[in-house]
Amino acid sequence: MEPILALELIVRAVIVSALLQLAFAMMTRWERRAMAQMQWRIGPNRAGPAGIFQPFADGLKLLFKEQLMPDGARPFLYLVAPCISLVVALTSFSVIPTQLGNWPFPVEGRSLFQIADIDVGVLFLLGITSLSVYGIVLGGWASGNKYSLIGSIRASAQMVSYELALGTALLSPLLMVGSLSFREIAQFQSGGAWLVLSQPLAAIIFMISALAETNRAPFDLPEAEQELGAGFHTEYSGMRFSLFFMAEYIAMITVSSVLVTVFFGGPILLPFMSADAFLFSESFFWYAFKILICMFCFIWIRATFPRFRYDQLMNIGWRVLLPLGLMNLAITAVGVVFQMPWWGYTIAICGAVALLYVGGKLSRRQESNH
Amino acid sequence: MAASKTGIPNTAATVETDESGYTVMNMGPQHPSTHGVLRLILTLDGERVVRSEPDIGYLHTGIEKTAEVKTYQQALTVTDRMDYLAPLSNNLGYSLAVERLLGIEVPERVSHIRVLLAELQRIASHMVWLGTSGLDAGAMSMFLYCFQERETILDLFEEVSGVRMMTSYIQPGGLMADLNPGFLEKTEAVVEELTKKIDMYYGLLEKNPIWMERTKNIGYLTPEDARHWCITGPVARASGVDWDLRRDRPYAAYADYDFEVPTRTVGDCYARYIVRMEEMEQSLNICRQALKKIAPPGVGVPYRTDDRKIVPPPKYEIQYSMESLIHHFKLFTEGFSPPPGDVYQAVEGPRGEVGFHMVSDGSNKPYRMRVRTPSFTNVQLIPHLIQDLLLADVVAILASIDFVLGDCDR
Repeated sequence: MEPILALELIVRAVIVSALLQLAFAMMTRWERRAMAQMQWRIGPNRAGPAGIFQPFADGLKLLFKEQLMPDGARPFLYLVAPCISLVVALTSFSVIPTQLGNWPFPVEGRSLFQIADIDVGVLFLLGITSLSVYGIVLGGWASGNKYSLIGSIRASAQMVSYELALGTALLSPLLMVGSLSFREIAQFQSGGAWLVLSQPLAAIIFMISALAETNRAPFDLPEAEQELGAGFHTEYSGMRFSLFFMAEYIAMITVSSVLVTVFFGGPILLPFMSADAFLFSESFFWYAFKILICMFCFIWIRATFPRFRYDQLMNIGWRVLLPLGLMNLAITAVGVVFQMPWWGYTIAICGAVALLYVGGKLSRRQESNH
Repeated sequence: MAASKTGIPNTAATVETDESGYTVMNMGPQHPSTHGVLRLILTLDGERVVRSEPDIGYLHTGIEKTAEVKTYQQALTVTDRMDYLAPLSNNLGYSLAVERLLGIEVPERVSHIRVLLAELQRIASHMVWLGTSGLDAGAMSMFLYCFQERETILDLFEEVSGVRMMTSYIQPGGLMADLNPGFLEKTEAVVEELTKKIDMYYGLLEKNPIWMERTKNIGYLTPEDARHWCITGPVARASGVDWDLRRDRPYAAYADYDFEVPTRTVGDCYARYIVRMEEMEQSLNICRQALKKIAPPGVGVPYRTDDRKIVPPPKYEIQYSMESLIHHFKLFTEGFSPPPGDVYQAVEGPRGEVGFHMVSDGSNKPYRMRVRTPSFTNVQLIPHLIQDLLLADVVAILASIDFVLGDCDR
């Protein structure tokens, strides 16, 4: 690789990670404000106009705080765990195509923010995100705190289980598209139906698993405040804590991006609209807008639902989402063989779900009759 | 294994276990879900509770003993601090007990006002319970919504007594002062508002699948167990023990009121949730009836007994009546002295039976004040209910028992 290209990549990586951190900062402020409004409160509004400097004030505060390490901690792992989390979260964003065409930040026909347009982008992303469990498990274990340990055990079981559901949910659209590249998946939807229309079940499974994968409510068991204090990061203070915090929010942005790219047409404005229909029919801004909607759903869900219990969470992952995902995959595979139109998948999948629902009702009624 | 800074071998990263290989975990006294300072020593197999031992006493303030060195009027103020989520219920129990010792009756209007306040207090207390049990299950907004409702009720208390929580408003012989003008209208508005809002609170949790999964089928309490453990209040009623002192041993003016006692037979956390929700509706019903019976404040409307040996005379009487001046002086220096004897007076607090056993030796201070508090008896249930359940259930069950450690430790 020529040095100038390498330098360019480095500069872009720095820009992207800086922007992601800025997005994280704004996200925390937005979450606090939005939740406050849902809960009849006001939320942070003192630092700067409408409180927009609040995250920076918090960041500064955390930066200057004492970094405590418990006596019982394993120092090396204790220090390295938050770094793993953050690095993984930042890396996984590098394959997301934030735009297809040349507008507004083109670099050789690619988005400025997509650092690597690799052919196996989906695989890469799944691989990298599954590493993030190491940060949490090591952090919880190395803290030498029982609450943290329970939190990290919960996290590892949860993330490993939901990775499967997440993977199967992604497989069906991949079969239809026939590519593992996020870019090609987004292009596939240009001018046609978005994959959420032909694969509604996969989209729902993906959304639920994404909540669990990012440890967000109602799947926030690893950090269940009411049971475990703060779970795996109980013993982390100051900037080390904020690295975990940052990793969580950047992971949220990443899974939202995957959801948008795979199921909601990526940077394209409307379904059935071609990417080059008019000048702004696809752009980074639509993409960012869709991510904001996803993020709002994350916040909204957090403010609404109670938390699952550990065994219930496992039941949903293994006994509901995974079988449904496999069923969806089988139907899609058959559909691909027979080259069904996009609505063929919708009808087949919705029909199968309806059958399952009716069958479940009937068998339950028979059980209660006996 | 690296030596730590203190020179003690570093073993903590490999979790300590007891002799049978289980993890011993200390939950509390500083823990977000132990509702104060309850300490639970849990022996865990993974997340399953093998053994548990509640450790109480972190909020022991010697209230019963303190009452022995206070006059009867002064001892009232320490009863506020026992169940700090329902001070008016404590005030009521204490005042009724002292009045029985004295052998006096209070005017009927006073009894109705007491009923109104006790029921408002029950709603406020149940609102705290609803909010915190929602929060413990992870539904964070519930907490903020419910505290908002509680705030409207505390504003009413502030209006009558000047204090939001430690009111000491219900006193032996009547009330501290008469109601403010306009208080009844404001209360009516709050009651109407809450009646509408209760539906919203039902809507937020009643049919929520996650909430049902979290609360159904855990923490079963059978009626027999409830009786054996002396459990009272909503916890017992959710297990099918149809016992409510307001109906079965009427005190104050409860005999004049028409209300139902909600019960369930299932006895799990969800049943306790439903019972408390329905209790709030019934309390609102009682409040509405009480508002019709209470005459608005004015000249000549009684708010305490006329017995000058028990309550001080009005200020204007002291100006011209020697007798009144003497009464006033005696009451504020010495207090009143009930005849020797003892009484047990129980009232239905938000958490169950709050019983005051008062012994008088004829002096101006109680010889003994023993309080039977519902939290103390209900906390006994914890090991029984959480046996073999998961850590997350522990939190849900603690919330459903709804104890107050101030009430438990006294």
